Amino acid sequence: MEPLIKTIDLKKYFKVNGGLLHAVDGVNIEIKKGRTLGVVGESGCGKSTLGRLVIRLLEATSGEVLFEGNDILKCNRQEMKKIRPKMQIIFQDPFSSLNPRMSVFELIAEPLVMNHVYKSRREMTEKILSLMDTVGLAERFVNTYPHEMDGGRRQRVGIARALALSPKFIVCDEPVSALDVSIQAQILNLLMDLQEEMKLTYMFITHDLSVVKHISNEIAVMYLGQCIERAESTELFKNPMHPYTKALLSAIPVPRLTGNQNKKIIRGEVSDPINPKPGCRFASRCDYCKDHCLGQDIPLKDQGNEHFVACRIYQ
Amino acid sequence: MMNEKLLVVKDLSVIYKTDEAIVHAVNKINFDIGRKETIGLVGETGAGKTTTALAIMQLLPERTGRITEGEILFKGENLLKKSKNEMRMIRGERMSMIFQDPMTSLNPIVTVGDQIRESLDIHNHDKKNKIELEARVDELLKLVGIQPRRKSEYPHQFSGGMKQRVVIAMALACNPELLIADEPTTALDVTIQAQVLALMAELKEQLGTSMIMITHDLGVVAQTCDKVAIMYAGEIVEQGTARDIFEGEKHHPYTLGLFGSIPDLEVETRRLNPIDGLMPDPTDLPPGCKFHPRCKSCMEICKHKQPEPHSFGNHIIVCHLYAKEV
Repeated sequence: MEPLIKTIDLKKYFKVNGGLLHAVDGVNIEIKKGRTLGVVGESGCGKSTLGRLVIRLLEATSGEVLFEGNDILKCNRQEMKKIRPKMQIIFQDPFSSLNPRMSVFELIAEPLVMNHVYKSRREMTEKILSLMDTVGLAERFVNTYPHEMDGGRRQRVGIARALALSPKFIVCDEPVSALDVSIQAQILNLLMDLQEEMKLTYMFITHDLSVVKHISNEIAVMYLGQCIERAESTELFKNPMHPYTKALLSAIPVPRLTGNQNKKIIRGEVSDPINPKPGCRFASRCDYCKDHCLGQDIPLKDQGNEHFVACRIYQ
Repeated sequence: MMNEKLLVVKDLSVIYKTDEAIVHAVNKINFDIGRKETIGLVGETGAGKTTTALAIMQLLPERTGRITEGEILFKGENLLKKSKNEMRMIRGERMSMIFQDPMTSLNPIVTVGDQIRESLDIHNHDKKNKIELEARVDELLKLVGIQPRRKSEYPHQFSGGMKQRVVIAMALACNPELLIADEPTTALDVTIQAQVLALMAELKEQLGTSMIMITHDLGVVAQTCDKVAIMYAGEIVEQGTARDIFEGEKHHPYTLGLFGSIPDLEVETRRLNPIDGLMPDPTDLPPGCKFHPRCKSCMEICKHKQPEPHSFGNHIIVCHLYAKEV
């Protein structure tokens, strides 16, 4: 099946004092229609930047983003305006991503008004109420303002906004990490139900590995701007290959009395993303690091059954 | 001396009083900690975990926060009867606290070394001179895995994980008997969290400190705690040993809900089983059991009668479901 979205050697460098910050450095991913790609990594690994690049909220430094086969980075304003409604984003923080001066009605109406979807106000009101119903917001909230609602409800407004234009692809940028666990589970269930009903394709960005396993078909692990491993979600958890992925999975505290012993703890911290030296970015923390890990970047290599890993051990 | 309790909290209630409303943040909670024990206080936002910690430390906001009843016995002495000055000598020396957010709990314009030395200076009973105190600072930094030469640096020169180590070093400076850790790893990445948790476990082993671990992460609890208290809307709804909570058969419906809300890494589940609804408004708590509007096993009696604690050995569940079995 043709992937809905595909990136080819996508790069984003930010100019900062002291050089170029390699936020996203040559990432190749693809997401098939109706599937979810989970992007995991720790803070500063470039996962949010990647999410913004694939829907062109940020201009890439180089590379291609193919949406239904067309490179959206080459589209002009008018062409972009036609494509934008098909791709949406749900932001991390429902406290700062909603305009505090707009009511729920106005917030959900905004994308519909901007794109002149409805001629009559009655039709638009109907659509807004049905969207609120879809995301599980009671009708009585239609005139409330964000500060009157709790985090879970606010995130539902964010989801309703993203759904308003019936998109095909949604980037979910840590949509549940600001919420309490019981509310988090409600939102995850909602997102999965919506995907089934509307055949949505998700890119799900998170640092929470148990959440990503639950919601994703495929997972890409990022480290310092690069995708270092990509595989089917069950395969990745069963058989992690990259030393970083192994350490990351072993670091999750499991809510069980047994199984927290013998954790593999990696030493050190993420190195500097400004002008990184070519070679494996994880080398300085890796126990298996050899000379051939340094000097040149290591490409992702298929280990069979679509399990890609960028590590010299497997090449 | 294992059965001697280091800290006993009896019927503690805390309110926050504002012009508009009275918030019942903590309602009659009871728990205790023995020597070298770690108890986990688990719950969601607004459950009263941090308020409990602040009440023990006597750091509640002066204008609004008030302890309305109860006792906090630290080695048999009631802390609520202590004067401000007496409390000042206990705080930081015999009990200390690690705050949630290492990014904001350090003073940005004081070097890390000076911040650690501050509590050593205040509690300097042996009249140590400056060189001896500096030596202790070096020792503490080494203990938490930071090179002593970095002590003249400022907090912004450290990463999140390193800042949290500094905060831990500050809390441990005077060898406290009780350490309260308020979400010590929530702001950190998983691999750094693993480093910090391993460090805390090691230090606890070395120094024999008792600990109150406040967290919403059941994984962290499983990894660090001997005893667990689950809090909901200002009450402890279930408490017991870690074994009771993680492997026991009887649970409070809220505990079950919490476990059902976490995606399990080892078992494939298509849908999660979240708790419906929201935390009740603490200014307007429901009558009867506080959890009844969200509870799947809610009965008629739950709506008007406050449940009694039912104990199975040391395992206590506050729920009407277990009324008959006792």
